[in-house]
Amino acid sequence: MQIYADNAATTRLSDTALNAMLPYLQGEYGNPSSLHSVGQRAQEALTDARTRIAARLGCEPMEVIFTAGGSEADNQAIRSVAAWGKKKGKTHIISTAFEHHAVLHTLEALEKEGFSVTLLDVHEDGMVSASQVEEAITPETCLVTVMYANNEIGTVQPIAEIGEVCRRHGVFFHTDAVQAVGHLPVNVKEQNIDLLSLSGHKFHGPKGIGVLYARRGVPIFPLIHGGAQERGRRGGTENIPAIVGMAAALDEACDHLEEDTQKLTALRDRLIAGLSRIPHSVLNGNREHRVPGTVNFCFEGIEGESLLLLLDDKGVCASSGSACTSGSLDPSHVLLAIGRPHEIAHGSLRLSLSPDTTEEEVDYMIEAVTDVVAYLRSISPVWRNLEAGIQEFIIK
Amino acid sequence: MALYSEKVMDHFRNPRNVGTMENPSGVGEVGNAKCGDIMRIYLKIDNDIIQDVKFETFGCGSAIASSSMATELIKGKPVSQALELTNQAVVEALDGLPAQKIHCSVLAEEAIKLALKDYYDKNGLDYDHSQFPDCENCAHCHAH
Ligand SMILES: Cc1ncc(COP(=O)(O)O)c(C=O)c1O
Repeated sequence: MQIYADNAATTRLSDTALNAMLPYLQGEYGNPSSLHSVGQRAQEALTDARTRIAARLGCEPMEVIFTAGGSEADNQAIRSVAAWGKKKGKTHIISTAFEHHAVLHTLEALEKEGFSVTLLDVHEDGMVSASQVEEAITPETCLVTVMYANNEIGTVQPIAEIGEVCRRHGVFFHTDAVQAVGHLPVNVKEQNIDLLSLSGHKFHGPKGIGVLYARRGVPIFPLIHGGAQERGRRGGTENIPAIVGMAAALDEACDHLEEDTQKLTALRDRLIAGLSRIPHSVLNGNREHRVPGTVNFCFEGIEGESLLLLLDDKGVCASSGSACTSGSLDPSHVLLAIGRPHEIAHGSLRLSLSPDTTEEEVDYMIEAVTDVVAYLRSISPVWRNLEAGIQEFIIK
Repeated sequence: MALYSEKVMDHFRNPRNVGTMENPSGVGEVGNAKCGDIMRIYLKIDNDIIQDVKFETFGCGSAIASSSMATELIKGKPVSQALELTNQAVVEALDGLPAQKIHCSVLAEEAIKLALKDYYDKNGLDYDHSQFPDCENCAHCHAH
């Protein structure tokens, strides 16, 4: 048995996406910049994909820029507005402490280049408010970038309200919507979004392809200099198979959004209820404002990597914010940002579901996690101290 | 997962000598929950021989495997040999550890040394203090 519960990391390529891609991996290999008929058929596929994606976002096709994924879109959005801000003497950027590293590390690089960055505190329930954003805006602020949905804990931010605040103050607003697009209703016009990043492989499309939406009038500079592709905003021959696959996957996700949301929400809530029965466990992130498929828990007295390895032995593919799995000294910056102490953040587990997930799988995961947590606690000196009352429980 | 050798996975999945001990001759604990790993080693020493050893570990796969292997390496050995156990020996016996996990083997070595020190202290035995890690300022947190 193998249960894939790491859909926030990446998703299975859907059959619809694969079938849409196949012709462009085989006979239709043209370069959209070529004038001949083979190239023009590729150009038509590109235009068609762009138009369909624009329709799903609620924008114009020319506002869709294809990139090689979510990270590139984040980099380009932030770097573009920063370059504009520098010229205007506006070198302040507002973001949050729990962004993806594609955003945080771009901001760190800009700080070294002289920008000042305000990272808003995240409330312990994993939320940031529009009023926090408003209070942080100064006359020097050029950009606000706040993620739509957090990739680790799944909390969904009040994007339309934050967008409205930014619009009112004449500040550009970018949102990393990589975990939201295809999972939540998104409309850039209604939600006052100037720039948005999305990534194909988070909604059953292919990897290495994404979109930067940039509202007409927002200054955009290329990160990749080259040909005139994407109106000079992104050089390089377009990845037609991936673009076509992403468009097909997005159409499919949006067409099934309502039923998938219903199904996933029920499974997610069943999972949360089951894991909550484990003593001294806690759900990370607001109970209501979360993406339909993502569940993140901390279990006191154990460490996440060993939890993942033993779950993998039981056929469950999951992820954790423990330092041992983050490749750094510290546990997840997201869990630290919502105020979890280090020792608790090390014991975290993220299970992220997809419409493929079944109720039986959810029940199996609850049992597997319950067993593994109990076993790891039985060999943990921390747990022994907690039970003996030598140390106080942090998670009650 | 190919992160670890088969030996590591074997000791992680089926840890040897895991558990606690009544009236141990010495106990050693190292690490810090903030850093994500703590090891506790219990020794039963009789006639200068490690008659029994148990461990409890809070930590990643390699921390559990390192504790298990380290206890295997000293079980039944004279105290003098146990004192000579190095983290390198633990790493070798495990068929290697990823570079960022070497500190787990260091923890295992230190936990055993501290348990031996505890045994010496409890029994009023004389010993060479320089042989033992200074765990008041245990630096492992900053070393990995
Ligand atoms: C919130 C968020 N932003 C950005 C990215 C990066 O996207 P990509 O893997 O397409 O570069 C991810 C996924 O890893 C993500 O979850």
